[in-house]
Amino acid sequence: MKPGFADPVFDSQEGFSALMQAMARPGRIQRCQMLRDLPDGLEPAAAAALLTLADAETPVWTDAQGEAREWIAFHTGAPLVAEPARAQFLLATRSMPDLVSLDSGTDETPQDSATLIVQLEALDDASGWWLTGPGIETAHRLSAQGLPADFLQQWNANMARFPRGVDIVLCAGEHLTALPRTTRLTEDG
Amino acid sequence: MDRPAWMAVLARASAGKIEALLREVPPLPPHRIIRGPEIGLTMMRGRAGGDGAAFNLGEATITRCSVSLEDGTLGHCWRLGRDRRAAELAALLDACLQGDALREPLLTRVIDPLRSQQAEAASLIARRAAATEVRFATLATMR
Repeated sequence: MKPGFADPVFDSQEGFSALMQAMARPGRIQRCQMLRDLPDGLEPAAAAALLTLADAETPVWTDAQGEAREWIAFHTGAPLVAEPARAQFLLATRSMPDLVSLDSGTDETPQDSATLIVQLEALDDASGWWLTGPGIETAHRLSAQGLPADFLQQWNANMARFPRGVDIVLCAGEHLTALPRTTRLTEDG
Repeated sequence: MDRPAWMAVLARASAGKIEALLREVPPLPPHRIIRGPEIGLTMMRGRAGGDGAAFNLGEATITRCSVSLEDGTLGHCWRLGRDRRAAELAALLDACLQGDALREPLLTRVIDPLRSQQAEAASLIARRAAATEVRFATLATMR
């Protein structure tokens, strides 16, 4: 078993700060390098985001197996659920579950919806989609490699449920960025 | 002796007592901290009369620690109080006691002495309490 945060208080504060900045400025890439020694299949930013957010009261779903799954269960203390729909936080290490299948909250409590953390091959804020919406002055660019081919359709369906909907944290290596449910994605500016 | 038995002994032993006994045995193998030692609160639950509905009795301070040996064996300790050093030593001993090589010497030279110290302390308290015992049999017969 590998260790979790070396300093649980300051490392999770750093993780929380990175996630908050990422959610406030969609498409801007943040760094999370608190975790360096991780089980196979987990990368620093995604693991730090999950360790920061999940605790014993938040059901977690993940497709990680073996040592990585044990590491998540031990260090978050969260109950691991088998169905993505029941989870409050999800960590997809290989392929992400369909956004429509996840808990999108209710119209009265949209804040109860699920947050999906996706571990990707690469993130780049110089090319790719055009992002607009709250937290973005004009437009940001973002390209994310490793998402399903129909991601834009899924994302538009997710936005159509507003105020319900799922928020996404995209991670690659030590980098993470967020797509809150209010961010519009288009393929050309 | 099985794992719950040695964990029960280690959870009640102070760091000073464990360290004093560890000086008598060969040094323990190197270990790596997986979590803690960290102090937190846990809610203690009780049942009226032992079988009533559960209620929250109050919060207690606990210290927990997990360590791993080089071969990957995990040792854990959760104990009442704030003794971080004792939590780490107990977790390390728990990991060592799971391996066949170290179990016998550690059981006879660390765990057994700790257990007899604890039994002696408990029996001292029991004897002191017994000396002040009041029998209410007379009251019962008066009714």
